[in-house]
Amino acid sequence: MGAGTRTASPAAAGGKGGIHVAALGPGADLAGFRTAARRLIAAGIPPEAIVWQSETPSLFGADTAPAEAPPLALPRAVTDLIPMVVPHRDPERYGLLYALLWRVVRGERALMEVASDPLVHRLHRMRKAIARDLHKMHAFLRFRRLPGETERYAAWFEPDHHILEAAAPFFVDRFRNLAWSILTPEGCAHWNGALTFGPPGRREDLPEGDGFEAGWRDYYESTFNPARLNLDAMRAEMPRKYWRNMPETAAIPGLIRAAGARAQAMIERGPTIPEKRDPVRAVARMARDEPDSLVALNAIIARSEPLVPGATQAVLGEGPMGPAIAFVGEQPGDQEDRQGRPFVGPAGQLLARAMAEAGLDRSEAYLTNAVKHFKFSLRGKRRIHEKPTAGEVSHYRWWLERELGFVAPRLVVALGATAVLALTGKPVPITRARGPADFGRAFAGFITVHPSYLLRLPEAAKADAYRAFVDDLRRVAALVA
Amino acid sequence: MDETLARKLRILADAAKYDASCASSGAPKRKAGADGLGSTTGAGICHAYTPDGRCVSLLKILLTNYCLFDCAYCVNRRSSNVARARFSVEEVVTLTVEFYKRNYIEGLFLSSGIIRSPDYTMEMLTRVAKKLRREHGFRGYIHLKSIPEASPWLIEEAGLYADRLSVNLELPTEASLNRLAPEKDGAAIEGAMGQIGERIVQAREEKRRFSPAGQSTQVIVGADATTDEALIRKSAFLYGSYGLKRVYYSAFSPIPDASSALPPKAPPLRREHRLYQADWLIRYYEFSPDDVAGASEGGMLSLDIDPKLAWALKNRHCFPVDVNRADREMLLRVPGLGARAVDAIVKARRHGRLRLDDVARLTSGLKRARPFLIAEDFRPTTLTDRLDLRATLAEPAEQLSLF
Repeated sequence: MGAGTRTASPAAAGGKGGIHVAALGPGADLAGFRTAARRLIAAGIPPEAIVWQSETPSLFGADTAPAEAPPLALPRAVTDLIPMVVPHRDPERYGLLYALLWRVVRGERALMEVASDPLVHRLHRMRKAIARDLHKMHAFLRFRRLPGETERYAAWFEPDHHILEAAAPFFVDRFRNLAWSILTPEGCAHWNGALTFGPPGRREDLPEGDGFEAGWRDYYESTFNPARLNLDAMRAEMPRKYWRNMPETAAIPGLIRAAGARAQAMIERGPTIPEKRDPVRAVARMARDEPDSLVALNAIIARSEPLVPGATQAVLGEGPMGPAIAFVGEQPGDQEDRQGRPFVGPAGQLLARAMAEAGLDRSEAYLTNAVKHFKFSLRGKRRIHEKPTAGEVSHYRWWLERELGFVAPRLVVALGATAVLALTGKPVPITRARGPADFGRAFAGFITVHPSYLLRLPEAAKADAYRAFVDDLRRVAALVA
Repeated sequence: MDETLARKLRILADAAKYDASCASSGAPKRKAGADGLGSTTGAGICHAYTPDGRCVSLLKILLTNYCLFDCAYCVNRRSSNVARARFSVEEVVTLTVEFYKRNYIEGLFLSSGIIRSPDYTMEMLTRVAKKLRREHGFRGYIHLKSIPEASPWLIEEAGLYADRLSVNLELPTEASLNRLAPEKDGAAIEGAMGQIGERIVQAREEKRRFSPAGQSTQVIVGADATTDEALIRKSAFLYGSYGLKRVYYSAFSPIPDASSALPPKAPPLRREHRLYQADWLIRYYEFSPDDVAGASEGGMLSLDIDPKLAWALKNRHCFPVDVNRADREMLLRVPGLGARAVDAIVKARRHGRLRLDDVARLTSGLKRARPFLIAEDFRPTTLTDRLDLRATLAEPAEQLSLF
């Protein structure tokens, strides 16, 4: 929109004083105001020497393309305020904003903090009015589906201020995958992958009704509680002027009329005797249908999705029930994920070897993981193991708890920090906690390293660490002997 | 919309309306993806108001109002004679999406009667949310009612799709639960709150989605003998221990088919209002539960004056407060000054001393604040000593009794 300012008074020809007319486009001419304000401030024109005209695009037109004056450096509070006041219907809006700019650039940099200043107070109230108008448009506008095969929607709305352009982005963000138009008496907004604005619309351009309006009205009526009638609260938030464009409001008079009698009837009717028989058996059966066996629990785990997407399948625990020892690892690795069995990869093989050396029979122990799904990142075609976070461990801990409850081992060996976290809920450094541990459960506990840790050590350190691991397993064997 | 679906909607909206929560706030701001539908704004939007003055923000419905529980206060208890219905998962998804596209709602608030078993019911609720998110790219607000008796992993899953989870306490004491809601288990309810609270904190740290708008609960007011003081203490405990976002107070309302354990009576609306005010003081005005207790008589808040004014009248020695010098905490105690007004005062007075006219521009509650404050050009003289001060500031007692 074109914005021109010119000196209207002959006195100004002399270069001093005079009245400047700043003519802006209709509606919310933010760009025009910015251009005009920059130039007027640059020229040192005080607020009282300016007449702001809007809604008069033809008067001065774009006959003199205004020369750009430099942008004004303003506090954030001011630049945030301007676009929220420009859409106001009050013809004084530009003059008030300019008065604010004038004072701010002349030294009152913190003026926006003085909410008690009459000018700031008034601008704040205008901003509030715009915020409310925007909010109500976002809330009370109703789309109707247009007839035809393709899905298109249209709405008619009558805002109080010039807010169509300011209100439109909300609908774009929300209804991005739909095609829609918003018609107002001042202009229209259209979205079909791109946002465009057009000339004013008419209410009659909208179809009468929509397939879901009756259902919506039903909902509105049903969600109303006649025992709590409070019309003031309703009218304060949803003033009558909006009602005619909201299909559900047709129900209001009827709801109000019937409310007193409905509420009174409920009170007078008093308590009633149940007509149906008490569903004793259903109620008895309902109480907790938690899995009652490991098989039932495993079925739940097997059909659940991984918390971090990617894993092929859930890897369930394996081994005899009621064993002397259960081993809890971290999570399945690449091999485990492919085969669907725990401890079959390199770390599992190392564990088997160490167990054998310690005199433990692998087939007599129960083996499982704290987290049931493989988490990895792709490097080329390789799936690189990623450590589960504390949140992921918590997510899976319920299953581990129940699982160990069913398996009922005499002693649980936590392999590595993740297993300890899952069993205790607290992060514990392995090096310090290594050895017998109390997990506060029915079974005895023991903490040692995870065999994959041994695989990652430098060659020189491997032999010692492996020996220490086997020693740990010997202590475990002694504990359950 | 066909008539069968419309009938179900009427029954299942009617059955859901006694849950006071309607908030669509607190979710992180989201926009629709290229093929997706829906956004959240942070503050939430009320799309309509019903003649009870309550906001319609979410499509608040039950999946079914068949229920195996028999809670005396509940319209859907198994011994009630109300009409019953059950939505399919697809029907709820369709209603949500179609209502949303017409800008009727911010999203869905889905709860359910307990059918078959708590786990089964919880799985159905989660399935609706999952379908909305996965198959419709729905980014609007979803509030799921968690079934505390359900297995904990089902709550873990629900949190992945919901913006807010809630578990209703309904009755604040174990004794009332035993009497009026025999199938409910107070420990299970608080256990679920604890689990949800812990997971919300953890997920936030790990930048993962789990009920990002937090959790809330509801307590029924007036169905048992619990005092206001006890309710507020309970709420303060819930806010502190489980990080709850909101506690909703729901005045026990007459229902179409009441139980003989709880005969119908007019809902104590004024009391509910005072509880919300007291709750607000705890959350935003640095009041402690002891302060609220001190403002009440025999554990009950006054119905004719708000709790902040009641506190001020009982603590007249703390007033008047000088708006130009008092610290923020004390300004927050002045009746009529809201938190926003206090912040504006603290900012504005850095740039000059405030006169009464200035204060008038910073608050809309000057009339109530006047007897309690000092401005540059104003002292209330002896006003705080007047015995009739309470009478001059009290609201007419009948204002909210709309029966």
